[in-house]
Amino acid sequence: MIRSLSRLSPVLATAAVFLAGFVVCSLIYPNFASLRVVMNLLTDNAFLVIVAVGMTFVIISGGIDLSVGSVIGFTTVFLALAIERWGVPPLAAFVLILVICAAFGAGMGAIIQYFELPPFIVTLAGMFLARGVSFLLSTESLPITADLYAHLSDHAFRFDGGARLTVPAMIMLVVVVGGMVLLHLTRFGANVYALGGSRTATGLMGINVARTTVLIYTLSSVLAGLAGIVFSLYTSSGYSLSAVGVELDAIAAVVIGGTLLSGGYGFIFGSFLGVMIQGLIQTYISFDGMLSSWWAKIATGLLLFAFIAFQQLTLHLARRSRRAPAGVHP
Amino acid sequence: MHATETFPPPLLALAGFSKSFAGFKALDRVDFSLRAGEIHALLGENGAGKSTLIKAMTGVVQRDAGSLRLDGVEIAPRSAEEAVRAGIATVYQEVNLAPNLSVAQNLFLGRQPTRFGLVREGEMRRRARALLSEFGLAIDVSAPLESYSVAVQHIVAIARAVDQSARVLILDEPTASLDAHEVEVLFAVMRQLSARGIGIVFVTHFLDQVYAICDRITVLRNGRLAGSAPVDELPRLDLVRLMLGRELSEATSRRPPASEGEAPADVARFRGVGKAGTIAPFDLTLRAGHVVGLAGLLGSGRTETVRLVFGADRADCGAVEVAGRAVSIGSPREAMALGFGYCPEERKTEGIVAELTVRENIALALQARRGALSPLSRREQDALAAKFIGLLDIRPPDPERPVGLLSGGNQQKVLLARWLATAPRLLILDEPTRGIDVGAHAEIIGLIRDLCREGMALLVVSSELEELVTYADEVVVLRDRAHVARLSGAEIEVSTILATIADAPASLAAA
Repeated sequence: MIRSLSRLSPVLATAAVFLAGFVVCSLIYPNFASLRVVMNLLTDNAFLVIVAVGMTFVIISGGIDLSVGSVIGFTTVFLALAIERWGVPPLAAFVLILVICAAFGAGMGAIIQYFELPPFIVTLAGMFLARGVSFLLSTESLPITADLYAHLSDHAFRFDGGARLTVPAMIMLVVVVGGMVLLHLTRFGANVYALGGSRTATGLMGINVARTTVLIYTLSSVLAGLAGIVFSLYTSSGYSLSAVGVELDAIAAVVIGGTLLSGGYGFIFGSFLGVMIQGLIQTYISFDGMLSSWWAKIATGLLLFAFIAFQQLTLHLARRSRRAPAGVHP
Repeated sequence: MHATETFPPPLLALAGFSKSFAGFKALDRVDFSLRAGEIHALLGENGAGKSTLIKAMTGVVQRDAGSLRLDGVEIAPRSAEEAVRAGIATVYQEVNLAPNLSVAQNLFLGRQPTRFGLVREGEMRRRARALLSEFGLAIDVSAPLESYSVAVQHIVAIARAVDQSARVLILDEPTASLDAHEVEVLFAVMRQLSARGIGIVFVTHFLDQVYAICDRITVLRNGRLAGSAPVDELPRLDLVRLMLGRELSEATSRRPPASEGEAPADVARFRGVGKAGTIAPFDLTLRAGHVVGLAGLLGSGRTETVRLVFGADRADCGAVEVAGRAVSIGSPREAMALGFGYCPEERKTEGIVAELTVRENIALALQARRGALSPLSRREQDALAAKFIGLLDIRPPDPERPVGLLSGGNQQKVLLARWLATAPRLLILDEPTRGIDVGAHAEIIGLIRDLCREGMALLVVSSELEELVTYADEVVVLRDRAHVARLSGAEIEVSTILATIADAPASLAAA
């Protein structure tokens, strides 16, 4: 029991930081502690959470995916052009872009696997490629005026006090729950952890490492595409410069959420909390109204340092306690 | 079928296994057979071909020639996965499981019980507990594997292998990192599996363990089958002879003892130097123009001694004097500053830089000693390379050839040249003739003698006892991580060394 608690400790720490932050904000700004603020947190950060879920799979498997921000940008431009210029029905455009993203991710995964290249380089190339292609498609910000967009942004569960659970937030929550099920309850999820624990050993245990690797990057790109759809719903436009640097926000969220950057350990829920902490800081800054938004970056940077230090400390303590004789009962 | 084959027929039969790597024969027509329920020790020194044999029979490397039959049926696994499916499972010294996953996940990874695509965690744990209880292990199977001792991890690996319907279980040095109690636990598991009719190949370098548990012994030496016999027909001395000795009749030309008259100057003196858990405190005196040989089985403490002498590990007791002055050697850098040089055993990984040229490799150590601020000029490097290529007869005599393209013997010479360029007063050679062809052996030995004549002190680790006796002035015999005897003069005989090595206590003090 104590063991499983200690495994959860990074996530518990993230949850504690989030709650503490929320309480502090609420003490400073009495309006803060409202359902409305919470719902806005979910909506404003929906796309980032979706990307972070995919990133969690990649990082737990011992990899990294730098292409996700560009994939979001590409998706928004593609959707704007497809719906507004080429006359593709929005739902068909959604399916199309997800298929394209899946092929893109599968391609990166296959290159990483079969050419034995570091994920960092391959996805960096993917990042330039996707961003470049979106510039090629259009350099302008293109508004999306389709009925479905107006309808979807209108549609929401309404609560008292003006709080709304929007479609992007709903999609995001489904992705979080789906991601948790996939990672924690399926064979595929166990294989992802195993890859992060030891790639060689996973192969020697008879797991199809190639298939798992390709699937992981496919999943990450598909979720980035879905994040792009959500982003375009949120902004009702497509722009090739949107979501620049989002891959780094996602990585930061995953690490703050307790996932080890070297792979093998982590939880989807932690990444969700990691994004929420970043969102909380943003919200605080907008409540303040005087602070520059760069303070969000500074706070995120400090938090990252703190969490990495905390992880190393817990790892160190865990290793030390492991020295104690473990149970052999002949 | 051969009429002479023993009855019952062997569970696993290998015939004429051969494998070469870049011209070097790692396995040369090796036969091996394993019966059901037998625990069969596979022994040999480093480089004898044990690992290659195991890899060749489990499909990790592809054999050049030979046949493999399991239960009389010819099989040819092309990967570890296929071998497991055929019924041959291997558990390596380094546990090949995912340390971060739970014990239960590790046991069932890839074949977890599922319902509607979801892993049935409860069912999996129940099965894991049931499986491990067969091995006398009652542990929390939901805890990560890494929270348990290496012994438990080994048993989990064995349980996984056996549960995948293994008929043959290969244990590659499973006891290397276990303490005496854990070894007993592992042995209990092995006995139980053998009672179930599983054939076990047991690779180890602890002879006590061989006599404690094995039914039969097969010894490899230099890629060839050196011998195979039931354990009670192969006493310890004969076994050590099989592992280390070649034909003892072979005349060995002793080196004439260094000029007896004047006592040569001490280059370095080690008094009571040791490191807890690694090597017991020892005394060692190295003199100019003298060769001290270190003899012992793999794991006896030879390399550990050398690492302390060169400062690669820090001694936790004792005193060192170099040229009459008390010093402390805390790092290889300090050792080099004192004029020590070290040619490690693992040429490929610790010694040469395969991509660099012969010239660059030779210049490395001298450059390191001079520091980055005073680079060796190209002309100095060329002169250095030309000098040693001529002196050591490095072939082909091309200073611009990448070292990786040279033969093993010539790589070894380049490594030697690198240290000789720094003009050391003490040169340490760890298995200088390992993995190089027989012709080159004689050349390297000749070089060792020449170096001695020039007044260099040498400390040589070697498993080639016949070679050691021809050039050593003194042989230190190691056993169970301690220096147990110091032989000099007429005592330096292969038979004396073998007898000293074999005289091990009967206890099971493994680690």
